[in-house]
Amino acid sequence: MGKKLWVWIAGAFVLVAGVGPAPAWAQKGPIKIGFLAPMTGGAAQVGKDMVNGLTMWLEENGNQIAGRKVEVIVEDTQGKPDVALTKLRKLVESDKVHVLAGGLFAHVGYALAPKVDEYKVPMLYPVMAADDLTQRQPAKWVVRNGWTSSQPSHPFGEWVVKTLGYKKVVTIGMDYSFGWEVVGGFQKSFEEAGGQIIQKLWPPLGTTDFAPYLSQIRRDADAVFAVMVAASSIRFPKQYQDAGLKARLPLLGGGTTFDEFVLPSLGDEAIGGITPLIYSAALDTPVNKRFVKDYRAKFGKVPSYYSEVCYTTGRWINEAAKTIGGNVEDSEKFLAALRKVEISDAPRGPIKLDAYGNPIQNIYVRKVEKKEGELWNTVVHTFPAVSQFWKYKPEEFLKQPVYSRDYPPCKFC
Amino acid sequence: MPPRSQQIGLATLLLLLVISPPFLSSFLLTLLTQALIYSILAMSLDLLVGYLGLASLGHAAYLGLGAYSVGVLTTRHGANFWVTLAVGLLLAAVVAAVFGLVALRATGVYFLMITLALGMVIWGLAHRWVSMTQGDNGISRIPRPDLGLPWSLARGIPFYYFCLAGFVVALWILWVIVRSPFGQSLVGIRESESRMRTLGYHVWLHKYIGFIIAGTVGGFSGVLWGYYNGFVSPADVELATSVEILLMVALGGRATLLGPAVGAGVIVFLKNLVSVYTHRWLLILGAVYIGTIVYAPEGIVGAVRQFAKGVKPEPLRSKT
Repeated sequence: MGKKLWVWIAGAFVLVAGVGPAPAWAQKGPIKIGFLAPMTGGAAQVGKDMVNGLTMWLEENGNQIAGRKVEVIVEDTQGKPDVALTKLRKLVESDKVHVLAGGLFAHVGYALAPKVDEYKVPMLYPVMAADDLTQRQPAKWVVRNGWTSSQPSHPFGEWVVKTLGYKKVVTIGMDYSFGWEVVGGFQKSFEEAGGQIIQKLWPPLGTTDFAPYLSQIRRDADAVFAVMVAASSIRFPKQYQDAGLKARLPLLGGGTTFDEFVLPSLGDEAIGGITPLIYSAALDTPVNKRFVKDYRAKFGKVPSYYSEVCYTTGRWINEAAKTIGGNVEDSEKFLAALRKVEISDAPRGPIKLDAYGNPIQNIYVRKVEKKEGELWNTVVHTFPAVSQFWKYKPEEFLKQPVYSRDYPPCKFC
Repeated sequence: MPPRSQQIGLATLLLLLVISPPFLSSFLLTLLTQALIYSILAMSLDLLVGYLGLASLGHAAYLGLGAYSVGVLTTRHGANFWVTLAVGLLLAAVVAAVFGLVALRATGVYFLMITLALGMVIWGLAHRWVSMTQGDNGISRIPRPDLGLPWSLARGIPFYYFCLAGFVVALWILWVIVRSPFGQSLVGIRESESRMRTLGYHVWLHKYIGFIIAGTVGGFSGVLWGYYNGFVSPADVELATSVEILLMVALGGRATLLGPAVGAGVIVFLKNLVSVYTHRWLLILGAVYIGTIVYAPEGIVGAVRQFAKGVKPEPLRSKT
């Protein structure tokens, strides 16, 4: 018996000597990430792209964050705020996750934010872009590592006047906060640069037949600015062409109108569409080229912006966890670390947060072109390091109301 | 099932609901709370579907009215629970009174269509009346009610008992109504409107009152829903929600009152719990619906009742 004990003690010594003192977290088990995404319903495809992005980063890094094993728990929000809330409760109360991420749709973002604050568990918003989440109604525990809806529109509006020379534009946007904010940001800078929005059309979210709206579009415009999402993005360009508008009025729009998510489903009718966004799969940087190549090899399609932001989310959590030695159980410290993350070489370019908690990042003006039989968002111009306020002073910008159906008012209609 | 065993069943159910919280994880408890709130809504719809024979596709509107009353009054005016409750119930009753005038001119599929359209009116208001409802973004940061009790309702278990109390009150009110002569007359109208008219009943008025009661109780569930989620948005008043409530009633058993409550429980748990394990949960939900319609057309409680009576459940057959 005594001999056996000695063997054990000797063994234990060897182990300790070999490994060194185990870090404090070694006994704590894996880092748990709760990920919310729509896995069923109309936006299931987007949800898949989101999960793919995060999965890919984790697999590339041996499923480890700051040296600790990672466990990702994906919950289906069904694209509905009440289900998202229930699943959030589950992730925090039953699974005891250390950090949350994901979510789609602005109203889901607004619903989750107060609950996240109540639970005091940091949550990353890579996709949910509603302006006010980092403007007039910020939430302490929400770290937005994605973008605000109006962020790409601000520099783009001025660019359209100065570079393309369009003076009169008709807007057609999905009738909900994302549509209002993308159009609003565009209208503000476009009109300040001397342009005129001469008509604003608002088809409801989920519209599939655009004929009644297309026939209303004023033909004396120079161009049309369209904000489409999900299923509408697939149908709109074709109907725009069929209505005979493509040849007469060039099509501009918000980034999601021609996202990589829809490009494979579109034909030549999409060619020439110009939109701004925080990412393009066609970005000509070594990091992005590798990302696109590996993503394609793994999932058989080109990554969309949804994939990129969630891929970078994995890295974001890692960077933050590393600075606090992997001790993600200390939520306050972890949150502070998440807010300090700076990434200089994400596939979409350099990113860091502004004082209000929204990324300062590049905005790319992209033009749909056909290369080797595929549609790509060729980058025609880059605005480096754009904040959600662009050139405006934050304090003054925040005095105006959030962009809505009626703001800014249509002065030239 | 004779009334005696029915009472025993009810007592067992309530006892289970009362003693279960300490044994449940907090996530299961939130699901149970949610199930209670939806039960109230489904039971109120049962008054229309089961007792009056009028299938409505606009019942989510009352959930929305109650929840929006809570949202607007608490976040803007800091109103207390009793004010929001009064306004929520009143608003639901008034809207039901107006909608009833329009909807009760029709029966069957036409009633279905009209209530659908009226439900969409409320959805449209929630979506478009941005200055009041904050449109698509919804109203968030609704605080839990403070009733001056020693237990904070912000916590799971006290809020559960709060909702359970609401459930018992709603159940009791509806129970009394359906067993009253008035409730019997509703069943009479369902079975034969013309005969009831010949017997001297004011058929339309009875239907109208039934419609308003259903709406008001629906509004009550909405008040609880607003407090429960701390959030209300047009997604709560969507057509999909109305359909779901109707399915709860069909699944649990029409004209049984407790049936819809059971149906609500089953659907809430399937929707939120099964989807944790598989993304194919919709398939399972679909299979449950089809199974119910084919093998237990009278719903779960209906089937249990028939079994207790010794009647073989009738297989599905087409009715004229």
